[in-house]
Amino acid sequence: MLYREAGDFKTTYVEDGQTFPLKLDRIGYWALLVVAFGVVPFIVNDYWANAALVPFLIYAIAALGLNILTGYCGQVSLGTGGFMAVGAYASYKLLTAMPWLPLPIAVILAGLVTAAVGVLFGLPSLRIKGFYLAVATLAAQFFLVWLFNKMPWFYNYSASGQITVPERSVFGIIVSGPLTSAPAKYLTCLSFLLVLGWLARNLTRGASGRKWMAIRDMDIAAEIIGVNPLAAKLTAFAVSSFFVGVAGALFFSVYLGAVEVGEAFGINKSFLVLFMIIIGGLGSIFGSLAGAAFMVLLPVFLKNVLVLHLGWPTDVATHLEVMIVGAMIIMFLILEPHGIAALWRVTKEKLRLWPFPH
Amino acid sequence: MNDTAVTTTPDGRTIGGVLMEMKHITLRFGGVEAIKDISFDIREGEIRAIIGPNGAGKSSMLNIISGFYVPQEGEVWFRGVKRPPMKPFQVAKLGIARTFQNIALFDGMSVLDNVMTGRLTHMSSGLFGQALWWGHAQAEEVENRAKVERIIDFLEIQNIRKTPVARLPYGLKKRVELARALAAEPSLLLLDEPMAGMNVEEKEDMSRFILDVNDEFGTTIALIEHDMGVVMDISDRVVVMDYGKKIGDGTPDEVRANQDVIDAYLGVAHD
Repeated sequence: MLYREAGDFKTTYVEDGQTFPLKLDRIGYWALLVVAFGVVPFIVNDYWANAALVPFLIYAIAALGLNILTGYCGQVSLGTGGFMAVGAYASYKLLTAMPWLPLPIAVILAGLVTAAVGVLFGLPSLRIKGFYLAVATLAAQFFLVWLFNKMPWFYNYSASGQITVPERSVFGIIVSGPLTSAPAKYLTCLSFLLVLGWLARNLTRGASGRKWMAIRDMDIAAEIIGVNPLAAKLTAFAVSSFFVGVAGALFFSVYLGAVEVGEAFGINKSFLVLFMIIIGGLGSIFGSLAGAAFMVLLPVFLKNVLVLHLGWPTDVATHLEVMIVGAMIIMFLILEPHGIAALWRVTKEKLRLWPFPH
Repeated sequence: MNDTAVTTTPDGRTIGGVLMEMKHITLRFGGVEAIKDISFDIREGEIRAIIGPNGAGKSSMLNIISGFYVPQEGEVWFRGVKRPPMKPFQVAKLGIARTFQNIALFDGMSVLDNVMTGRLTHMSSGLFGQALWWGHAQAEEVENRAKVERIIDFLEIQNIRKTPVARLPYGLKKRVELARALAAEPSLLLLDEPMAGMNVEEKEDMSRFILDVNDEFGTTIALIEHDMGVVMDISDRVVVMDYGKKIGDGTPDEVRANQDVIDAYLGVAHD
């Protein structure tokens, strides 16, 4: 079976518009899902879940969110960390105020709260664009972190200023708190990523996605064909913030269990997620996942190779890791500005013609 | 000529009553008067050309119609009703579509997606329906896709429907832009220099498409064009502007015989 569309006839517009037009892609996708849900949970240990898989899944959700706003709608945001903090604190307040509330519901509600906050901070986007909007969202980042530090109500007046997640179970399996097992963490985050990724794909291939991309590519022409720019930008802010809020809530409640806002959701987080979508590919669902995987797995990989196999001191490896990540970001920006997603697309186009060059 | 009478053109098309009327429009940018007290009407089913030398105010006039500029004085009447000041996206919902002098396509999207954006004013499914890709949202998508495919067939761009527009040559981009405007099924189509920068062959194609659109869909068309041959050939009536003033209005033959128009184009001796 060759990698091409020949013989795979599409007879309806629904078939023509499907996510994976090639049969081999469809098989690969389902195989990946079977492995992710049916094999990995049984073999994953604490180290791999905490160092690689869970952070990858959570950052992938955040990257999807930022990609909807920046990659699809063209509105640059440096407030991702702040919006993740909103999700984390909203889920904390909800879980502590309502001891009966199941964790998945709390996470979704936290996403909705973040969406509302995102819309509020998205309002200036009608008037300001590009760098100026980036600075406005930077203000949101610092304001939100300051707010969660300054107002004791948000951390329930705890002495340390930290928030700590209460224990919750789903179907009798503990999914939050210090007793959570690695497979439970992994499966919770994977389920969220699967559903949210599917929603993101549907939104971006339909009318909403076209509105967003129209605004991104040429806002004047978008307006002339009937796109209300304010409504389109604000829905992008809302959807994007929902995703980022869910990521923040999972980061706090499932992954870390206890966080301090400045440390966990500082400006570094905003840049990290922005780098993910730049390296992964702006305006691409696959790119969001690839970028998150790259940024999460590279440090793990370097650490394993340099420290465990070559026996280098840890501090040298850490410094080197920062340098390598920096160099790779610059390399990507110069050689392939459209990111890993573009490399993947080119590879697939070549594969479809293989063994012929053209 | 009676304003409300239904007339028939020599080639057998029916031209109805007044669709849009501009009454005493004056547009100023600071101290510059771009348009001075211009009135004209566009009747249903006709091809109306606006011509004039560079800087005459033709594009400003189209921008008023499509809602980018609000004139300081004057009224815009559409379908017998005075139109309040509107944003461009509201004008689009009235059924007025346009193309631009410099191509204004969405470069990051495929031809199909670009043309599909033209259907946005006809799509009503909410964010949640779209996110779940269920029932109404999916049915609407398919239904509009079918309409878009008809436009794609009509303009003969089937083979490039999945190509990103950034890869297309200039002439095809112009055609895709026309397709996007047509996909909205407009009652009034504004074309800002649809043939600028084209070679003779592309111009002939485009003229044919404009005539076919008018003939088959009955779309009213208002266009700005510099190529006199094309304008005189395809339009039913012509408005001539110069320095923001209207200097002629009528059928191509009337305009051709108008002394002010000849002076504006050929220049006049000053002594």
